[in-house]
Amino acid sequence: MNDMRLTERAVDQETTKITARKVQVYYGDNHAIKNVDVDIADKTVTAFIGPSGCGKSTFLRCINRMNDTISTARVTGDILIDGEDIYDKRVDPVQLRAKVGMVFQKPNPFPKSIYDNVAYGPRIHGLSSNKADLDDIVERSLRRAALWGEVKDRLAAPGTGLSGGQQQRLCIARAVATSPEVLLMDEPCSALDPIATAQVEELIDELRQNYSVVIVTHSMQQAARVSQRTAFFHLGHLVEYGETGKIFTSPEDPRTESYISGRIG
Amino acid sequence: MTDATAEHVPSGAGQGSLLAKDARTAKRNAAETRFKTYGLIAVCIGIAMLILLMTSILSNGLSAFRQTTIQVMVELPEDKLDKSGVRDPEVMAKVTTFGYKPLLRDSLIATVATAGIETDLDPKDLEALVSDESVAQLRDFVLANPEVIGQTIPVQVLANGRIDGFFKGRVTYESAALDNNVSPEQLQLAEALKEAGLLRTGFNWGFLTLPDGSDTRPEAAGLGVAILGSLYMMLIVLALALPIGVAASIYLEEFAPQNRWTDLIEVNISNLAAVPSIVFGILGLAIFINFAGLPQSAPIVGGLVLTLMTLPTIIIATRAALKAVPPSIRDAALGLGASKMQSVFHHVLPLAMPGILTGTIIGLAQALGETAPLLLIGMVAFVREYPSGPPEGLFDPATALPVQVFNWTQRSDPAFVERASGAIIVLLVFLLLMNLTAIFLRRRFERRW
Amino acid sequence: MTISWLFLILLAVGTMAFLMARGRALASVDGDARNLHSLPIYYGLNGLLTALTPALALLAVWLIVQPIAIDASVKGSFPIGALPEGGTLDLVMSDVRRVADGLDAADAPDALSVEEAATLLGSGGVALGTTLTTEVLTAAQQYRDSRSTMNLFMVVAVLVLALIGGAWAVMRTNGDFRARNVVERGVLVLLIAAASIAVLTTLGIVLSMIFEATNFFRQYQWTDFFFSTTWKPSFSGRGGGSELGILPLLWGTLYISFIALVVAVPIGLFAAIYLSEYAGPKFRSLAKPMIEILAGIPTIVYGLFALVTVGPLLRDAIASPLGLGNSASSVMTAGLVMGVMLIPFVSSLSDDIINAVPQAMRDGSLGLGATKSETIRQVIVPAALPGIVGAVLLAASRAIGETMIVVLGAGAAARLDLNPFEAMTTVTVKIVSQLTGDTDFASPETLVAFALGLTLFVITLGLNVLALYIVRKYREQYE
Repeated sequence: MNDMRLTERAVDQETTKITARKVQVYYGDNHAIKNVDVDIADKTVTAFIGPSGCGKSTFLRCINRMNDTISTARVTGDILIDGEDIYDKRVDPVQLRAKVGMVFQKPNPFPKSIYDNVAYGPRIHGLSSNKADLDDIVERSLRRAALWGEVKDRLAAPGTGLSGGQQQRLCIARAVATSPEVLLMDEPCSALDPIATAQVEELIDELRQNYSVVIVTHSMQQAARVSQRTAFFHLGHLVEYGETGKIFTSPEDPRTESYISGRIG
Repeated sequence: MTDATAEHVPSGAGQGSLLAKDARTAKRNAAETRFKTYGLIAVCIGIAMLILLMTSILSNGLSAFRQTTIQVMVELPEDKLDKSGVRDPEVMAKVTTFGYKPLLRDSLIATVATAGIETDLDPKDLEALVSDESVAQLRDFVLANPEVIGQTIPVQVLANGRIDGFFKGRVTYESAALDNNVSPEQLQLAEALKEAGLLRTGFNWGFLTLPDGSDTRPEAAGLGVAILGSLYMMLIVLALALPIGVAASIYLEEFAPQNRWTDLIEVNISNLAAVPSIVFGILGLAIFINFAGLPQSAPIVGGLVLTLMTLPTIIIATRAALKAVPPSIRDAALGLGASKMQSVFHHVLPLAMPGILTGTIIGLAQALGETAPLLLIGMVAFVREYPSGPPEGLFDPATALPVQVFNWTQRSDPAFVERASGAIIVLLVFLLLMNLTAIFLRRRFERRW
Repeated sequence: MTISWLFLILLAVGTMAFLMARGRALASVDGDARNLHSLPIYYGLNGLLTALTPALALLAVWLIVQPIAIDASVKGSFPIGALPEGGTLDLVMSDVRRVADGLDAADAPDALSVEEAATLLGSGGVALGTTLTTEVLTAAQQYRDSRSTMNLFMVVAVLVLALIGGAWAVMRTNGDFRARNVVERGVLVLLIAAASIAVLTTLGIVLSMIFEATNFFRQYQWTDFFFSTTWKPSFSGRGGGSELGILPLLWGTLYISFIALVVAVPIGLFAAIYLSEYAGPKFRSLAKPMIEILAGIPTIVYGLFALVTVGPLLRDAIASPLGLGNSASSVMTAGLVMGVMLIPFVSSLSDDIINAVPQAMRDGSLGLGATKSETIRQVIVPAALPGIVGAVLLAASRAIGETMIVVLGAGAAARLDLNPFEAMTTVTVKIVSQLTGDTDFASPETLVAFALGLTLFVITLGLNVLALYIVRKYREQYE
């Protein structure tokens, strides 16, 4: 199969962070993800694209087991991070999610201060031994999210008072504060205006140096701008996966081609 | 500005193998389990309280639905009851209960003797086996059926409350030995009567039909007047609160402009829903009784007070039901040239009706159980006369089910605790039926848009 | 019943107006309803409403004003010299009214001697504050007299108004008359009137309590009422020497409410959290209705539960062995049972509030690797805090205004004490006992109930307004 060949090539070039094999997801009777195999590389931005309802977000939520919170969802198959099966009985989703951070579609800062928002993760995971340590983590995370300059004078102000773009960067800072190895982003720019989007996209590009970033996006332009790899989902199938440039210039599957040229979606 | 290249040496969570649990995660999971257990305990306490409450009421009250009676062959001599012999009830009514008392006593002695039961109780103690009320009941029976005079007929008479309590386990030989009102010998005789088949415990219809009994006659106390009074009040509440509540809701939901007066009404409704019920009682006393001069203890006053209390509930439910009707229905009617009023009355209101009725029944159920305001408007009075039929009966004195419960808790004879709990069972059965009707309506007619 | 007859006659007039207006409208277009401005029924309804609405409004106003007017005129002509020792005009007037009602009930003739009247009243079971005097009898006869005259006037006036209204509507009816618009405007007025009843009720509550409370404060120092620590009404009947300090009652009320909240808030909150965040659908569908049943149980049932089960249990198991008291009715009894009553109240309010916290908050926290309990404690509860505070305030207002549980479970002795196993009493208990006793209505011992009621109303209203404001603000935040 074509896409299998593509994945194999990817594995050859870089270290693989996440490996998925024969993943199936059911919501009650609805078969949402059908037999997905994918390898996601470390220190790379991987984009999931596809029409709405194609299962890209569902698959993303499998990687940090957020689907566990939906009682009707059922996941089968294997997803391995660094060779460890995350659906193994011994794995605690809490520990997993510290390793695999997530940023959501709509900015969802907690109704707390900016400082407390960022410090939330480190606090619950016990990452700091004292206040100075925590201050340090907060500052570093905010710097990494390119927000420090804008908020350093009002760390005690509520996070909900920031603008949409700032809120989303705050959520990214919150996610990187637990020093994850993988960062999942579920359409992180869909609620933002173009300027904020540009800021967040720039940030994503920088984050690549430390994390394996997986981003679900609606916008093909965004995928082309920020990602090195792109996976195209359609009706629960992973149709095509490969170098972003290749997917957008010479897709192999006719469905990918139709989507990219705007005929489905 | 950014600082993404700065190497942050990670420490703690998320590092290392996912398969090995670190100590901190174990601790956090323990906290999680503890927290979840607290929640489960809270739910269980709630359910346990419900069970405890129900058990307490049922164990105390179920026996109220059984009543011990004694079958006595009563001789009804004409020379004592109707000397004239014309069987004119007015003349016969001149013989008071004092005239019947010795008849019943002598008949009881004779019945005991005929059954071959030996007893050394004196006639007065023997007579105390039956309720004082049974003399009055015998008289009423004779006045209603004059043809029995001159015959000897079998009559089921109420046993005294203590004897009744003996067969329900409330009175024992030990307690009787300490009680001035009943002696162990009387209990022995009662047991003998039971063996002879003359004394039996059966379903207590009187509890549901008789009026209240006096302090010393718990065995004759019934809920007849209370049930009737509650029924009258519910009719008034239904007749007033439903139309007024629906009218108010229609106005607020469909017509009200955004202005001060509308705001004032809204604020008032939400506050009235939370005003303590006793305040409504004060209102009823001050306005309806003292100011408007309506009679005390009358269902009309109780009904008016409960109407005012129920209105907010009905308005809130009705508005929710009206809100649930999609605007497309209104638009469709208006588009055909119906006036706003027509679109509301012809289309929106019928569609909202199941929701309105459900809310009304729930409001009525609340009103049925309400006690405090009724105490203040005098419904706690001792009423033995059934109110007459409506509309005049609405102005006659009556009591209400929950008030009757309160009334009985204030009496000293422990038999009244049984009656009060029994009355609560009746009340709860009514509430259950009403709520089941509401649930049925909701299930049957609920529409999802 | 003259009033019910009057109603029937009015109904008949209304029906006549309905039929005649409808008939006239149809006749004006030779029976072809298409030529009418409105549907025929609207012409009929116009007739009905025009005939009945003003007549019924007049009737209502008349029924309210008539007793006041008669009272005033009889009062005015009552010889002041004939007032009994220590009595007031108001007291005498209540006797006058009672005598008049009794004589009416006995169908007594207009001319009666005092003795005849007294026997008639005695057989009718009318109890008087004092013995019947000639002046009272004269006043009562005057009262009856003007009442029957006024009643006659009322019937005539109401009927005439109905007839005029009906006739006017019928006269106005012709094919071009915009009957539907007129009827709809009338209906709108009725709808507004119905909606305004809520305001009238509040007004009625406030005015009646302020009026009677003012009467009370005229006879009793307000400083003594609000600041005295003794509650000791005299039982001599006609007042005097009573000490009516509200503080011990308020103390009992707040103490019991406090215990109730200590029971209800944690249990209700945890139950709501468990049911909305942890419980499986099966367990929830079973447990939630069971807890809601607790909310549907009338308070008298809780009262009896306190009286016959909880009270004796606490006394025998805790209070007596520890030497804390031997009363079955106590602050603890009432507080615990009231707490149970409030569990569903707190839990269903908290449930709504917790569910109003957006799912995105939960996802954000869980996505960072927080456990469910960490999410609840550190994100959901703080986010829901204003709403929960509002719910607790509403529960507190419920507890303060609750009557039957404290009447049956708390006791009747006013006491300022810390021992929760002692019987204490509350504002609501005293309202009930002062208004259901045999004391004279105009005495401070009775009127104090209105001052108590007003205090209760103000406290609960304040709590409600505050709580509703907080909850509304909270909801707006997430809408």
